[in-house]
Amino acid sequence: MNNPNDLTLADARAALRGRSLSSVELTTAHLTAMERARGLNAYVRETPEQALAMAEASDARLARGEGGPLEGLPIGVKDLYATKGVHTQACSHILDGFKPQYESTVTTHLWRDGAVMLGKLNMDEFAMGSSNETSYYGPVASPWLPPNWSEEQARTAMAGDKRGLLVPGGSSGGSASAVASRLCLAATASDTGGSIRQPAAFTGTAGIKPTYGRCSRYGMVAFASSLDQAGPIARTTRDAAIMLRSMAGYDAKDSTCFNAPVPDYEAAIGRSIKGLTIGVPREYRLDGMSPEIEKLWGQGVEWMKAAGARVVDISLPNTRHALPAYYIVAPAEASSNLARYDGVRYGLREPASDITELYEKTRAAGFGAEVRRRVMIGTYVLSAGYYDAYYVRAQKIRTLIKRDFETVFADGIDAILTPATPSAAFGIGEKSDADPVEMYLNDIFTVTVNMAGLPGLVAPAGLSGEGLPLGLQVIGRPFDEETLFALGEVIEQSAGPMKLPKPWWE
Amino acid sequence: MSVDQATVRRIAHLARIALSDAETPHLQGEINAILSFVEALGAVDVEGVEPMTSVIPMKLPLREDVVTDGHIEQKILANAPLAEDDFFLVPKVIE
Amino acid sequence: MTANARSTNLIKGATGDWEVIVGLEVHAQVTSRSKLFSGASTEFGGAPNSHVSLVDAAMPGMLPVINAECVAQAVRTGLGLKAQINLRSTFDRKNYFYPDLPQGYQISQYKSPIVGEGEIIVDLTPEHSIKVGIERLHLEQDAGKSLHDQSATMSFVDLNRSGVALMEIVSKPDMRSADEAKAYVSKLRTILRYIGSCDGDMEKGSLRADVNVSVRKPGAPLSTRCEIKNVNSIRFIGQAIDVEARRQIAILEDGGAIEQETRLFDPARGETRSMRSKEEAHDYRYFPDPDLLPLELDADYVARLGAHLPELPDVKKARFIGEYGLSAYDAAVLVADKDTADYYEAAVRHGGVARDAKAVANWIMGDLSAYANSLGVGVAEAGIASGSIATLVDLIGDGTISGKIAKDVLATILAEDKHADPRALVEARGLRQVTDTSAIESAVDAIVAANPDKVAQAKAKPTMLGWFVGQVMKATGGKANPQAVNDMLKMKLGV
Repeated sequence: MNNPNDLTLADARAALRGRSLSSVELTTAHLTAMERARGLNAYVRETPEQALAMAEASDARLARGEGGPLEGLPIGVKDLYATKGVHTQACSHILDGFKPQYESTVTTHLWRDGAVMLGKLNMDEFAMGSSNETSYYGPVASPWLPPNWSEEQARTAMAGDKRGLLVPGGSSGGSASAVASRLCLAATASDTGGSIRQPAAFTGTAGIKPTYGRCSRYGMVAFASSLDQAGPIARTTRDAAIMLRSMAGYDAKDSTCFNAPVPDYEAAIGRSIKGLTIGVPREYRLDGMSPEIEKLWGQGVEWMKAAGARVVDISLPNTRHALPAYYIVAPAEASSNLARYDGVRYGLREPASDITELYEKTRAAGFGAEVRRRVMIGTYVLSAGYYDAYYVRAQKIRTLIKRDFETVFADGIDAILTPATPSAAFGIGEKSDADPVEMYLNDIFTVTVNMAGLPGLVAPAGLSGEGLPLGLQVIGRPFDEETLFALGEVIEQSAGPMKLPKPWWE
Repeated sequence: MSVDQATVRRIAHLARIALSDAETPHLQGEINAILSFVEALGAVDVEGVEPMTSVIPMKLPLREDVVTDGHIEQKILANAPLAEDDFFLVPKVIE
Repeated sequence: MTANARSTNLIKGATGDWEVIVGLEVHAQVTSRSKLFSGASTEFGGAPNSHVSLVDAAMPGMLPVINAECVAQAVRTGLGLKAQINLRSTFDRKNYFYPDLPQGYQISQYKSPIVGEGEIIVDLTPEHSIKVGIERLHLEQDAGKSLHDQSATMSFVDLNRSGVALMEIVSKPDMRSADEAKAYVSKLRTILRYIGSCDGDMEKGSLRADVNVSVRKPGAPLSTRCEIKNVNSIRFIGQAIDVEARRQIAILEDGGAIEQETRLFDPARGETRSMRSKEEAHDYRYFPDPDLLPLELDADYVARLGAHLPELPDVKKARFIGEYGLSAYDAAVLVADKDTADYYEAAVRHGGVARDAKAVANWIMGDLSAYANSLGVGVAEAGIASGSIATLVDLIGDGTISGKIAKDVLATILAEDKHADPRALVEARGLRQVTDTSAIESAVDAIVAANPDKVAQAKAKPTMLGWFVGQVMKATGGKANPQAVNDMLKMKLGV
């Protein structure tokens, strides 16, 4: 086969099990592709020796007829996850040189199931961002060509400051770009306000943020503890289902991790959606919404109906408060979670003559501008005199948001269909210099889901008029990821196969 | 609600992030932009609503009182910027 | 407490009498094997950073998991303080920067603590107690330790203590003197040791107090207080209160005002001084810890813990008075330490036979305590079985030996063989008391006959009888029954 890394995760799994391909061959193909794609800046650390050693071990197991659900399959890992002995910095300067002496639970599950680690993927610093432009390691380029750009133009930009190339979304920009560019079969990612779903939509891939508590947060660098959740980005809904099954599961080391068995999510792929009731929330229809997005949303409704679901209008009245409330709650929790980055026990330490100077200089030098903004906002909204007006109020609004969803679910809604993003991907540099709030608006369709702790999946739904990928989001009941996978598959099949860009970057 | 420069400096100190005089006005602007954005929440009727305490319906799990950890000085100190005799070293703390 | 009695607590100043108001926040280390939110050991000492887990070191991605036993200990303590147990409580983060606080926040309980209001009865004298109200009790993490004296330029940080469970017990400002405060801490310590939720070892730092002191003219409203942090002995608590009260009175009488501040007690100088670094108002930005859910207990759980609590000191004291006829003073002394109380009761009940409970108390509070103190241990650890004390009392009770001989027997046992059976020792060394009347009469007759001049004096001065008793006792090697000797002499001397 020409390019083994063009296979989907599911097909590669079959090839390995059928012994028509070895893990070493598959892994080597990925490593080569990664070398040629360094210009995209999707990986911040490649781990070729480790990958090949793991691939060899997998081949030995496969030869014996043994092997786990992900045996021999090369995966990329977002830099947020602690990987033992390997660069783990959440793409921040403040964690310079940090190599954890421990492994996150989610990646432990992947290696338990036989996956091969290709390396650590770029991301917005501390997961704060929607375009991967806040990373200490520089922006990530999406493999999708900007409208009307030639490959030559793209290569030139790639070699320079990347301005004009498309953002892959964020914070899991490296994960989304790598998956779309076939630099890994799938990737781990994380989602606090949309950081799996928005990049999936921007790159024509599939991503799911499962229900809060479905996956363990142990060993994930914490951003906003009550919102963070691990999840996969993959090329198809089926691939995402396969990944989630391995990633998910109870962990006693995380007090917020739910104790319930993990279903075989893949079994939900292709399940009929006849008789399901899908809600379309009127409050997601924004003023001045892009006509293209609106049209795609309508298309999605037709696809649901054609597959036998009932589609009804619903109301989620507190939707418009979700984004501002999120930008109080998330920074507040982050300001506290990031207090441990102080130059004392790990990471960057700036020279200083007393402890206060150590803290102040290290954190000023170590945190990027977006992180600093959010830590400051978070510190402010928790501070004396403001706590009730901001933080408590935002948490009350969160209760209202969750209640909106509980009400519609109690009324018989099985899932909710919404757009994933307000637009297709924009250019690197286009929004990063503007008002920070403009960047935050990217999360407008996704944050409600984190605020309510529900599962949300984005499936590739087609291309914009300019030829850029667009996604649709489905939001589900707590712990009903299976319905989302079934719906995602309907979207994916109805839209037709997503033709990922050919490698102009090699 | 907006913040003045003195408040920005006070918050920066609470957060232990050094802030130069040159940087303060710009950061003040950014923070105020975000605060205006969230200001709309002040008008929402939250009468009788409890703040969210847990997103999923589960009880706080309790752990058995057994020693399962420790004696891993090497791991604890492996990434230390400065250590001596298994202590972390920091510049003198003025009491 | 009557107004008059407490008015003796007033301090005389230049402008009149002043009342001292004291409240205490006691930090008690919870007795548990592992820490509040991590599985590392709580053992005292240990090589630097050896009792530290990745969670304690606040590594990226680490999460807290609460220790069931620490929760139980807090509930037991709350029950021991006759306090309200809050079936739902939450954990909050207290955010500040310090090198011994690796997370940059302490997990504590601010808005909704696990235990609410309660009270302690504090005995000031055997007849006289006051009630001190408890405001609340909550669980929180201890911080690590920074050593500042190891180097001129660097501080050394050891995280062994970081994350150990503490109960913070906050009293109401009900105390009015240093003595009341000392008695409160002493009683609280006793209760904690009875329950087994804290070993109360102040030298090891298991118990420390933040002391809040303010002064006012009697009848005036409460005024500004100062907090004296981390006082680690009962003696220092008393000294700190006295010194601080006088400092505040001096300022106020001078026309000044008290600044609300945090201070440290310096025992060497006998003064309190302001803590410069804590002078800046701390904004702890408390908010509920999102890595933890609210702690929810059910009434059955609390009832089960309550059912297994040991008999607490106040109840035990009342029972000792009622059941054993002890004085309030003696009962109070015996119940001050649970092991001592248990030892006492085992002695009284030994063998299931009735015996003089007061006598047992005297032996334990007297000779045995003196011996135990000399070893620096409690009576229960002195090495002599409670049954041996019981036997000694029995031997006196049935006339086998006199009280004096019994003292010697005890001393011999303690010095030579603590396992020795007193009865066997008495037999082996021929220490049986002589009660035979004719033997006593012979001894008395001999002394009387040998000292005619003293006999004459005795008729005039009856107190001379004591000299005669002494002589007869010496002549009989101390074994004559003193009472019988006394009676015989009275008769023979005609006094």
